[in-house]
Amino acid sequence: MIDWQPIILTLQLALVTTVILFFLSIPMAYKLAFTQSSLKPIFEALVSMPLVLPPTIVGFYLLLTFSPNSTIGYWLNNNFGINLAFSFEGLVVGSLIYSLPFMVQPLQAGFSKISVKLIEAAQTMGRTNWEILIRVILPNIKPSIITAVVLSFAHTIGEFGVVLMIGGNIPGETKVASIAIYDEVEAMNYGAANTYSVILFALSFLILVFIYSINKGSFKSINS
Amino acid sequence: MIGFHIKKRLNTSLGETQFQFDFEIQKESFTAIYGESGAGKTSLLRMISGLMKPDDGTITYNGKVWFDQKKNIDLHTGQRKVGFVFQDYALFPNMTVLGNLKFALSKSADPVIIDSVIDITDLGELKSKMPDTLSGGQQQRVALARAIVQQPELLLLDEPLSALDTVMQQKLQDYLIKVHKEFKLTTIFVTHDITQIIKMADQVMILESGKVVKAGKPTVIFGQSLSGKFKLSGRVLDIYAEGVINIASILIGKDVIKVVISGTDPLSIGDEVVVASKAFNPIVQKVGE
Repeated sequence: MIDWQPIILTLQLALVTTVILFFLSIPMAYKLAFTQSSLKPIFEALVSMPLVLPPTIVGFYLLLTFSPNSTIGYWLNNNFGINLAFSFEGLVVGSLIYSLPFMVQPLQAGFSKISVKLIEAAQTMGRTNWEILIRVILPNIKPSIITAVVLSFAHTIGEFGVVLMIGGNIPGETKVASIAIYDEVEAMNYGAANTYSVILFALSFLILVFIYSINKGSFKSINS
Repeated sequence: MIGFHIKKRLNTSLGETQFQFDFEIQKESFTAIYGESGAGKTSLLRMISGLMKPDDGTITYNGKVWFDQKKNIDLHTGQRKVGFVFQDYALFPNMTVLGNLKFALSKSADPVIIDSVIDITDLGELKSKMPDTLSGGQQQRVALARAIVQQPELLLLDEPLSALDTVMQQKLQDYLIKVHKEFKLTTIFVTHDITQIIKMADQVMILESGKVVKAGKPTVIFGQSLSGKFKLSGRVLDIYAEGVINIASILIGKDVIKVVISGTDPLSIGDEVVVASKAFNPIVQKVGE
């Protein structure tokens, strides 16, 4: 029987990351979709950096930042008693950055597709931007929201480089499934590595099938 | 009364144009804005409603200042008492017909208005339907009803009937006239259809490259000096010579009629025309039910 803790920890990490990321990304994606600023390409590039950077680079700089010897790490530790290096909280912060484009990009695409006329119609009715966001925009970009949430969740499950750099391999704290697989292979424990791999494979496959069936449904309803 | 005196530089399909509008519209009038595309019709409505900011000038409504560049006043669109019917209707796809109407109701308003608007626009049976299951004419009726629920004093319509077939246009014109009278609205609508203007509007403004070039009663503006008792407007489809006379085929409503025209008439295909006759005896017959 394998140790289920890495799988549970992975799902916890993915869940916490996705929930926080969702609320962080809505305003970012909204701004990016509707801004006229000439700085827009710079912000878009920054958000998308984790897509092209090797995860080890992200992890390396985060580790330096989180270290109790750095200004930020020291300040966090001294004032709040938070130590982000080699802790679950650190993994969450790392995953937020690493999965950011997977949440922001689909949301931004959704916001851009919304007809400006809908927003203007709601404005003539005296509705605030907040009301328009909650009651008009978000309900009409459901497929984008589902894609963003599920992709971020799935991407966090598959994370390895960042986690290894900033989290290490502490059971119950930072030892997620991808690390556990690496660990078992190192220990020549191919059976256990295989079990973890099959579970992750199945999980990722199911998530993707889910996204594609949802999107297919939405295309249907637009065409009819 | 609306006083509209503004300047705006805009990029249109005809290139960059300097718009300069100076006009006043009486309360409870039904005004048509007529002009080619690029003449600034839609921009005009957007500036009145507050969706577009003029570069300079003032907009006043019944003595209240909605916009004044010099005094830095620019009332938010929600604070101007306007209902806007968009060309593509802009119904909220995630809400039912009733949901769309409820969303338009201001928080301080009495919900009873929703029922009376549903009555007047015959939407009772469509209340629980989603917008994308409705026909074009039905969607247009919902868009009109939704604008009325806002209890506007000023109703703005951007080519409200252009996407509909002739029969549906006739019906919606009747609805429009009905709500205009019932709710004592001041209505401004944009169109490029003279028939609609003659049927509904009590005054028309013709826009050309960012200016009002003509304004007045539709029958005077489009009928020129004719005092004919019988008058129809239509579009020239074809002109051809037959023997010594010229004949024009003219589309009026759904019907094509042939009219003898004098050889000196400066008509060409595509012209909007008025067909009028002073002395003849039309036969009026009830159409079989």
